[in-house]
Amino acid sequence: MSDASAAQPQLRVLLAKLGLDGHDRGLKVVARILRDAGMEVIYLGLRQTTDSIVAAAEQEDADVIGLSMHNAGHMTLAPAMVKAVETAELDTPVVVGGIVPVQDVEPLLAAGVAAVIGPGTSAEQVAQTIRDAVASAQAD
Amino acid sequence: MSDERPGYDEWRERYEASALRDGPFDTMSGVPVEPVYGDAPYPGQYPYTRGVYPSMYRSRLWTMRMFAGFGTAEDTNARFKDILRNGGTGLSTAFDMPTLMGRDSDSPWAMGEVGRAGVAIDTLADMEDLFADIDLSGVSTSMTINGPAAIILAMYVAVAEKNDVAPDQLAGTIQNDIFKEYQAQKEYIYPPRPSVRIVTDMIQFTSEHMPRFHPVSISGYHIREAGSTAAQELAFTLANGFAYVEAATAAGVDVDEFAGRLSFFFNSHSDFFEEIGKFRAARRIWARWMKERYGATQERSMLCRFHTQTAGVSLTAQQPEINIARVAIQALAGALGGTQSLHTDSFDEALALPTEKAARIALRTQQIVAHETGVANVADPLGGSDYVEWMTDEMERQAESIFAHLDDLGQGSMLEGVYAGIENGYFVGEIADSAYRFEREVNSGDRIIVGVNAFTDGDDDDKELLRIGAHVEEYQRKRLDDVKLRRDSAEVARTLAAVTAAATAPEENVMPAILAAVKAYATLEEVVMAMESVYGTYVEKAII
Repeated sequence: MSDASAAQPQLRVLLAKLGLDGHDRGLKVVARILRDAGMEVIYLGLRQTTDSIVAAAEQEDADVIGLSMHNAGHMTLAPAMVKAVETAELDTPVVVGGIVPVQDVEPLLAAGVAAVIGPGTSAEQVAQTIRDAVASAQAD
Repeated sequence: MSDERPGYDEWRERYEASALRDGPFDTMSGVPVEPVYGDAPYPGQYPYTRGVYPSMYRSRLWTMRMFAGFGTAEDTNARFKDILRNGGTGLSTAFDMPTLMGRDSDSPWAMGEVGRAGVAIDTLADMEDLFADIDLSGVSTSMTINGPAAIILAMYVAVAEKNDVAPDQLAGTIQNDIFKEYQAQKEYIYPPRPSVRIVTDMIQFTSEHMPRFHPVSISGYHIREAGSTAAQELAFTLANGFAYVEAATAAGVDVDEFAGRLSFFFNSHSDFFEEIGKFRAARRIWARWMKERYGATQERSMLCRFHTQTAGVSLTAQQPEINIARVAIQALAGALGGTQSLHTDSFDEALALPTEKAARIALRTQQIVAHETGVANVADPLGGSDYVEWMTDEMERQAESIFAHLDDLGQGSMLEGVYAGIENGYFVGEIADSAYRFEREVNSGDRIIVGVNAFTDGDDDDKELLRIGAHVEEYQRKRLDDVKLRRDSAEVARTLAAVTAAATAPEENVMPAILAAVKAYATLEEVVMAMESVYGTYVEKAII
């Protein structure tokens, strides 16, 4: 068991708040959950742009980008992030967490978001969703 | 009719002198009840643990102040008129994220956020629409904004003047509590020290011109929402209050000239007795510190008068209807804790801004507490309970130990202690630790959240939510373009240069220059930038 996990490279997760939204409680909790789950967390914090996130993802060789959204801007901002990643010719999956009404999940997935993590998700599910998003991106 | 209990006669005399609302003050079964029970200090007696007024809700129920704002200024104006038609006397304005951050609707930063979480304000023209056909001398208006608060206050004054309402007739509150932005809500623009200079300018300006206006609402609400414990919420909030008192007195304003117009804003969360203990401790601590440490002599300066909002963070996205029960219990804690006003959250707010129906149920919930439960008949009905008194003492003990730490950090100055705690990450670190501890407890099942980690049957996906269309963004940008075409651009440039000059001169008050700029229809962001060129911006260290 320990041999198998030691053989696996440590996942590098980039976490950021895109735009003006300052609600960072959830993202900080997720950062600690993922760190406890053995991942390396690159925490960019508040007031990031799609450009600053793409630049950091390239520089840090991130396996996945996690965005936290609480201000109802997700339908505009999340697809913009996906597009910025594609434009930069990266294949880094984008996972969105926070306040996303269930009706918006399908359209976000259709727009290229890898997964949406809603409120009340357990720590284990959060970590597993991140692992799955990376695995599925690498399989493509 | 004399009573043996110490302090009782003095209290009774003041109670008898108070105007009371219509009774009867008896139980549902017709049993008459006294206005207060137990021992001194009674409500309205120092240190006010039992309430700020001798007659409390027998004179006036708490103000049912519901927060509203969405879409364009016209949309929100319609909601305001609705509130006033339904008997409301207080308006409470929510601004959208770009406005809260001092950005115009056409800023690249505003993308996707215009009118989403509140109303968009770019220029005085939007403020004119927001308050169109509302008599500003007859309402009290609460405006929840912090970083660009000075500019929004100036716009409010300008709208009133256009309608022949003088600044001294304006009643209301502007949140303007910048300290908790660095600690919790994160809607800052400039670094802490220049931001506090603007706050003290506003305290001075309102002291001189707007005696009915509360220039700062010192807010623990957001600290709690960000994850703090009850005691941290209490302590950080009051410490911020002490810091403003020190900043304003250092700027030469006498403590009794402004302290009576400071007000507070607390969260009411789900742990019933802890919340009530917190509210009681807040009054006692504020009174003692104002009297003993800051030398306040007027009773009003010692009163911790506060608004309460039920805990948005406690609302669950799962089985949202059960949030109505949470809100009712939290509202009851606020009433038993002696709040002066109350906002009750809507059950659907874990997912979006409330629908009209959900907002009405929230208002009805506090009306039930006020009119059906009988809690408004007797002041501080839980005072004297061993458990409640112990909890009050415990909240105070924990808060005092945090004050001691901050006082130490500031080498005898709470103002410097708060600055130091912001700069060294103390506040954000403490809050993040508490948030994570709570999350671990929920995740392990040690702490039950109904519908989330227990009793999860019954959630269905058919949830009706308020949706704000993208048309608002387009509309607002077009409107801003129109205003820019119509205004006198030379006058805009001249007044903005004057704002920069005032920001550069610490002995000047920035408010008159800001007022002139907004009257020339300078945009919110233009005025923000006029000061940013002097003050710079604040960037938080990204720490987990």
